[in-house]
Amino acid sequence: MFDIVYQYLPYPLAYSLIILIKIVLLVVPLMVAVAYYTLAERKIIGFMQIRIGPNRVNLSIIPGLNLLRGFGQPIADAFKLMFKEIIIPTNANRYLFVIAPTLSIAPALAAWAVIPFSETLWVANINAGLLYILAMTSLGVYGILIAGWASNSKYAFLSTMRFAAQIVSYEIAMGFSLVGVLMAAGSLNLSEIVAAQQGSVFHWFWIPLFPLLMIYFISGVAETNRSPFDVAEGESEIVAGFHVEYSGMLFAAFFLAEYANMILVAALTTLLFLGGWLSPFQGMGVLEQWTAWIPAPFWMFAKMSIFMLLFLWFRATFPRYRYDQIMRLGWKVFIPITLVWIVVVGLFILAQLPPWFDSTPITTALASR
Amino acid sequence: MTVKLIFYLFAAILIFAAVRVITVRNPVHAALYLVLAFFTTSGIWLILQAEFLAIALVLVYVGAVMVLFLFILMMLDINLAPLRENFTRYLPVGLTVSILIFVEMTLVVKVLSKPAPADLPAASSNIQLLGEQLYSLYVYPFEIAAVILLVAMIAAIALTLRPKRWSKYRKPEQQVNVRRQDRLRLINMPAEPKD
Repeated sequence: MFDIVYQYLPYPLAYSLIILIKIVLLVVPLMVAVAYYTLAERKIIGFMQIRIGPNRVNLSIIPGLNLLRGFGQPIADAFKLMFKEIIIPTNANRYLFVIAPTLSIAPALAAWAVIPFSETLWVANINAGLLYILAMTSLGVYGILIAGWASNSKYAFLSTMRFAAQIVSYEIAMGFSLVGVLMAAGSLNLSEIVAAQQGSVFHWFWIPLFPLLMIYFISGVAETNRSPFDVAEGESEIVAGFHVEYSGMLFAAFFLAEYANMILVAALTTLLFLGGWLSPFQGMGVLEQWTAWIPAPFWMFAKMSIFMLLFLWFRATFPRYRYDQIMRLGWKVFIPITLVWIVVVGLFILAQLPPWFDSTPITTALASR
Repeated sequence: MTVKLIFYLFAAILIFAAVRVITVRNPVHAALYLVLAFFTTSGIWLILQAEFLAIALVLVYVGAVMVLFLFILMMLDINLAPLRENFTRYLPVGLTVSILIFVEMTLVVKVLSKPAPADLPAASSNIQLLGEQLYSLYVYPFEIAAVILLVAMIAAIALTLRPKRWSKYRKPEQQVNVRRQDRLRLINMPAEPKD
């Protein structure tokens, strides 16, 4: 596809150009998805609470025909935020105050580099993909940490303290549940993890790693600072948390990062536990033949949307956790369960439990010894 | 050529950040410069094709250790003046230590310097090689290090364990079960005689 670029440009230049094009092709749809995810959130929570949700800003090509009521809302919001004045508090640390939203959104976008959407569709296919994602998501905490400190406000600072402690605690449970996945797949490469789940719906890792799936997703909700774990943003106690002092596009950047991270967690849960781009009709004879024309990324997006919906559903359903309960859940419930389940997965691998563990790289290595 | 350019860029940023860590006035800024230093170090390690170490550095030091560091630093109310008072008094000690470290490092580099290893093939997996080495050749040192860390962790938890509270607090179950007879004593007493 990119051969023509290599023909006309020297290698380093062509290579950089292609990477840049790939990044643009990834980030632009991602930003559109983020914008419309906010609309979906308002519409779906509205539906759950028997309201209408945003229905004023139309996107209709034919005047008078308003089929897409409310679909212009994200665009209108974006324009409003872009043209709002950015107010920097007098006693704030100016430089850190401005750089904080950037530090928040940069890792959120960078983590997307290693996400594969099909066997051939990715920006970078690196061996340490899973580790890279862990590293990038753990960097996301700096944006909020610096934002809260630099705004020189009590409420922002309190929220920062809550957020940092929460992130560090849930990262451990998240990391341990990933250890289970990489033991099962025998690889840190995301494409190979998906390839290890080839077969049918029952070959996916959601059955043998079910507790880890639960813990990974719930930790993901806590990591992205979403309800019911959104104490960092607790409007009822600390106004709005770390972004009290922010306005305009700086404020919006935090939300772009949060929603990009939510979609990322959904994508990762899909890749690690639900077979990524693999078709759910695999190995089902006629059904597989009939659905063979559907491109692989479709299945990926379909599975992602389940988890993206769950994020919104949680928000509409659960009341906010108390802070000590969040800590108890993270340290005393999730970490022990993951530790136990890692041992259980080890036993599964030793027993070469079919259909998941009879031909993984680890079991074949064990058998050849 | 490009690799060299990138290396010098990263090295310059690293030295700048490291110098700022010790010269900057605000301790939070110093910690943030340390984060920058770690991050650029990990970039240099990536150039050396040590992708596992590079990512582990970001994950462990930048993602966890420095966050906790900043967490503490941000909560401290540090008075800056006394920190800078004894700069000249401690200067000789600091200089001695740094000269010692410099001499040691040059000796190590001189003794152990080898020609640069050949580039690894693109498909080679750093993590797999590291895992094979750790769990075969170095399995005992690895396990011993893990046990030492576990002991340290248990010790830290033991330090934070507090004995039973000495202060008074309510016990609801006792409050509920209280009977009048336990608290109240009715006595008959003659009225006071009139003067």
